[in-house]
Amino acid sequence: MKYLTEYRDGEKAKRLAEDIARRVTRPWSIMEVCGGQTHSIIRNGIDQILPKEVEMIHGPGCPVCVTPLEVIDKALEIASRPGVIFCSFGDMLRVPGSKDDLFKIKGAGGDIRVVYSPLDALNIARENPDRQVVFLAIGFETTAPANAMTIKLAKEQGVRNFSALVSHVLVPPAIEAIMNSPGNRVNAFLAAGHVCCVTGFAEYPALCSRYRVPIVVTGFEPLDLLEGIRRAVMQLERGEASVENAYARVVSQQGNVAAQAVIHEVFEVRDRGWRGIGTIPRSGWGLRPEYSDFDAELRFAVTDIHTMESPLCRAGDVLKGAIKPNQCAAFGKQCTPRTPLGATMVSSEGACSAYFNYGRFVQLSPPSQRAIAGNAR
Amino acid sequence: MRDREIDSAGFRSSDQTQSEIRFEGMSCPVPLQDYPHILMGHGGGGKLSAELIEHIFLPAFGCQSPESLADSTVFCIDDARRLAFSTDSYVVQPLFFPGGSIGDLAVNGTVNDLCMSGARPLHLSAAFILEEGLPITTLQQIALQMGATARRAGVSIIAGDTKVVERGRGDGCYINTAGIGVVPAGVDISPARARPGDVVILSGTIGDHGMAIMSVREGLEFEAQIQSDSAPLNSLVAQMIDAWPDIHVLRDPTRGGLAASLNEIAAASRCGIVIEDERLPVNPSVQSACEILGLDPLLVANEGKLVAIVPEAAVADLMAVMHRHPLGAQAAVIGRVVADHPGIVVAKTSIGASRVITIPIGEQLPRIC
Repeated sequence: MKYLTEYRDGEKAKRLAEDIARRVTRPWSIMEVCGGQTHSIIRNGIDQILPKEVEMIHGPGCPVCVTPLEVIDKALEIASRPGVIFCSFGDMLRVPGSKDDLFKIKGAGGDIRVVYSPLDALNIARENPDRQVVFLAIGFETTAPANAMTIKLAKEQGVRNFSALVSHVLVPPAIEAIMNSPGNRVNAFLAAGHVCCVTGFAEYPALCSRYRVPIVVTGFEPLDLLEGIRRAVMQLERGEASVENAYARVVSQQGNVAAQAVIHEVFEVRDRGWRGIGTIPRSGWGLRPEYSDFDAELRFAVTDIHTMESPLCRAGDVLKGAIKPNQCAAFGKQCTPRTPLGATMVSSEGACSAYFNYGRFVQLSPPSQRAIAGNAR
Repeated sequence: MRDREIDSAGFRSSDQTQSEIRFEGMSCPVPLQDYPHILMGHGGGGKLSAELIEHIFLPAFGCQSPESLADSTVFCIDDARRLAFSTDSYVVQPLFFPGGSIGDLAVNGTVNDLCMSGARPLHLSAAFILEEGLPITTLQQIALQMGATARRAGVSIIAGDTKVVERGRGDGCYINTAGIGVVPAGVDISPARARPGDVVILSGTIGDHGMAIMSVREGLEFEAQIQSDSAPLNSLVAQMIDAWPDIHVLRDPTRGGLAASLNEIAAASRCGIVIEDERLPVNPSVQSACEILGLDPLLVANEGKLVAIVPEAAVADLMAVMHRHPLGAQAAVIGRVVADHPGIVVAKTSIGASRVITIPIGEQLPRIC
């Protein structure tokens, strides 16, 4: 497949890993911010071919994982109401709220539909004018343009029965929060290629110089990741701290200007809670007042939300890179993809789920679960 | 709280039923009351389905036989003759999809379940639950395809039933088929028979059926339309058994895909399995669709493929036979059974590392971004 298979070449991967090994002289901790990168690192075993001096720390870049519990509980509350069609990306359905998940609400009679694009939710709203259709608009900068465009269209076309529960998060403030956190071990960042595809990377030089940390814009295939790691190691070994673009086939410095315009028309920067981490100032997007008619939180006046996290779950420490998933006492025991205690065990981009699904058990124990693919029969 | 329930259910020393569910190391079984309602996942053939069988069906039926949980069950009718028996229900939507329909699936699925125990399928029953308002021409089309598929498979449909439910209480048409077949003398095919040193053969590309269904169900359009691989495997299996009767294991990787089948074999045989990512045949359009949706072809359903575990000495003969058969033309050796890591399936990745192949709970969910 063009642009994919040539970036999975085993021989070239080995040569890159050897090159990294030749250059490295002391231990470095490099954080890949994005959950998609975590997934690829674990799935392909990239960490297994790196020299022992290079440690990959898995960052908070899985949107499913960091969506605040309060938002999940609001989603569950809205989805339970009669007359509502609740639309969501697929991997949000199993994220545990304080006591339920969307699958359970669906089993109990809620009309919950998986969509591939927010525009699908808008179509559902047009087709069901007598029902309230709510879209769970979450994600990083990657999903924001399509979500913003959908809300803009809903307003322009007067689709009054459509609304969105918005909880967007942003990468640069998260990098800042990690660098400011006590006990931070991160020496360099791999910035998420798809986020930068939208935003560009003009915000990063300031972060590099303020925290003396190299940031390398990196893609998702094995050779992309290894090249990103190689460039980070080269900077670290030379004592440099600047922005590099190792994903130039997709990312430009200014990013997607049209996408940025629609985002800024619909969304404004807000303080945002991150599940497992806490509130990070100016780290998210919410709806601008001009679009408040389409804000599901206001339309459904969801109050009386009392959140409760599992006391066993250490997802916050995982997201901050303080521990590896399999260093959590509940990992693979009380907490599995079948019974996730935290959101990091749910999405395939979640660090805990990636560790579990690709067998990074504390003790290698036989698999216990089987998959289904809907009623394909 | 979930964690407390897991703790209390984690030890079932007095639970007689534990021996029936043969998922090795099935950890922390959550009691059924965890879910007060049936979820879609209860029909997935996975852990939730197993919980229903364990907590509801087996106790109610008074069944204790672990064999009753296989895709098809082999039983003796006298000292010499063995029959295989299987049943399956079909609720696929849409009723017609690229490469097949609910009709041919209902025949092929049960035929394939039978022949995975080495049986020669003979007769099927077909029961229909129809929704008021279903066009007669639609039913006729389904029935014609069932007949054509049965003829292709060399089986006859000799019993049936029809029920109608009110409009809005069904999805147009549900079908149940049951089938019986004869197991030839000397054939002993079972997931428990995989042995270290055995070779893993896959009959063709993976993921075609599941992605064909998903592309039409979700209105996803790809450059090349993905066709279901729905097909009866009995003539391929018969030729394989003729060439080498001592095939150790056959499975058709339907729900849960190849990953589920390999894990079941590893668990039942208490062996490890190692496959190589780069040897897995996947159609480019299926691969592209999976990349876009963030799905793994290893977990996507097939309806006309088999995985065979065979002694190394059999590989050349079996591959020759398979390559001559249209349903085995793309057959490939994909891995090996090993004594290490019993019960666990490992894939060698393209960059020379390895990963464990487990099976995520429930449906594969398309990723957010």
